[in-house]
Amino acid sequence: MNAEGIVEQVARESYGRLLAYLAVKAGDVSSAEDALGDALLQALQRWPEDGPPANPEGWLLAVAKRRLVDGVRRRTVRERGEPEVRHFLEEALDASARSEDFPDERLKLLFVCAHPAIDPAARTPLMLQTILGLEADRIACAFLTSPTAMSQRLVRAKSRIRAAGIPFRIPNAEEYPGRAADVLDAIYAAYSAGWNCSSEGGNLLLASEAVFLSRMLVRLLPDEPEAAGLLSLILHCEARREARFSEGGATFVPLPAQDPQRWNASLIDEAEGSLAAAAGAARPGRYQLEAAIQSVHSARRITGTVDWRVIVAFYDRLLEFTAGSGAVIGRAAALAESGDPASALTALDEISRARVECHQPYWATRAHVLERCGLPAEAVTAWRRAIGLTETPALREYLAGRLAVVEKSRDGTTGAWERQVQGADAASAAGQLTWKNPLPNEPKIRRSG
Amino acid sequence: MKYMLMFKETEGDFAQRNDPEKAPAYWAAWSAYCEALAGSGIMQSGEGLQPPAAATTVRIRDGKREVHDGPYPESKEMLGGFFVIDVPDLDAALEWAARSPSSAYASTEIRPVMPPMAEG
Repeated sequence: MNAEGIVEQVARESYGRLLAYLAVKAGDVSSAEDALGDALLQALQRWPEDGPPANPEGWLLAVAKRRLVDGVRRRTVRERGEPEVRHFLEEALDASARSEDFPDERLKLLFVCAHPAIDPAARTPLMLQTILGLEADRIACAFLTSPTAMSQRLVRAKSRIRAAGIPFRIPNAEEYPGRAADVLDAIYAAYSAGWNCSSEGGNLLLASEAVFLSRMLVRLLPDEPEAAGLLSLILHCEARREARFSEGGATFVPLPAQDPQRWNASLIDEAEGSLAAAAGAARPGRYQLEAAIQSVHSARRITGTVDWRVIVAFYDRLLEFTAGSGAVIGRAAALAESGDPASALTALDEISRARVECHQPYWATRAHVLERCGLPAEAVTAWRRAIGLTETPALREYLAGRLAVVEKSRDGTTGAWERQVQGADAASAAGQLTWKNPLPNEPKIRRSG
Repeated sequence: MKYMLMFKETEGDFAQRNDPEKAPAYWAAWSAYCEALAGSGIMQSGEGLQPPAAATTVRIRDGKREVHDGPYPESKEMLGGFFVIDVPDLDAALEWAARSPSSAYASTEIRPVMPPMAEG
């Protein structure tokens, strides 16, 4: 491998550990990033000429530490004029520079990234950037934010860490449960950001980064069953990535219709093992229960069926831990499948409309439940709403197919196309703006069946 | 904050509007999107536009009128319609822009609307 390749490999494998160590020493993420960035740049310039060092990680750390000391010295003198602080820092850094091995401080860095004083919208991006070294523009795409806004968000968060004096430490027993939950949530958010993309989508890499983070968290927090639960949940979902879309990725395939042969068996096995390990602690929580629900789905590859009543029971437990509308919606879908669509509809009706007005999963679930209740007219409206709220073309395609089936089953005098235009007219009449076919002679729809 | 969502389409996309095979899916996607927007209560105004072939462009140069057929300048993606929405920030506007059918086949541009000019 050439020197450039070695720099890249070390950066990929060790970035997070190096940065965490430097950030903990400096009590500051930005200057640690600058120092490490400098060291990587120097490596790119020097290694091709001098040949790569025997211990590339140690070399990078030594150079970065020197930069950090220089930076801290300048800042300390400028801001506080306290030379003793400077000496203290230098001594601490020099002492650690002598040791060959350096401790893994990534857990402390994770707790800083998910600190309550950090804007919740910045927590996951901060984690992705500091632990994995991802560029701001790639993070921006995953979170559907402009690159400039994401950079600003990250810069603000980092200066807040220093200005507010957020400590780099493991929280004490009292605050630990809530703080650990924040870390778990931020990792789950990274996974969710890539969820609605087809396997060809650009966010595939972010999903694997989230898998990496949650595997790492299980190692860093071996006594936290929720960490193992989160890993299990993510792996169950990840195992179905390919099966979620038809061959070629053109159409979405919903979970009950997926071919279990297309699921990744080794990921499911790892997920099951992780969930079993978590259950051993006998401390259930949100992620363990969500993983348990996915585990019931995955069991279909062996049993051939899904026990929806068990899923409803798990959702009932889950609702003891989270008030999120996602759990209510999931429970309603399971109720409808277990043969009780009327209760499912009641459960959906109980969610405050303002919370779900623009929530795609709500409308898709509602449409499905309405169909099961034998209310095709209402189902049509809900399917259309779900389509309008969908971003992924393959998913939109699937929903349009479901809509077409209901429309076909409703035998009326008007065709599907005419009803759509009429629907648009009705909305216009209500003072809302819509788009309709501007052509005087609208195309005819051939209706089959 | 008000943003204009500008839906860009290619010649091929505009052609779908009249294609008996493709028009139903084209219009169904747009009207579902419009309904979702209308239901959200953020809609301010907007229109769909006739294809660029229906455009006429005028310029005054050296006191003389120059009128020519079609848009100016010609480009691969052209304006097919627009909506003005009122949302808290750019991220919310981006979320709506991403759901637009044009984002899947061409693109959607998002621009903040200028605040009203102060009365002198």
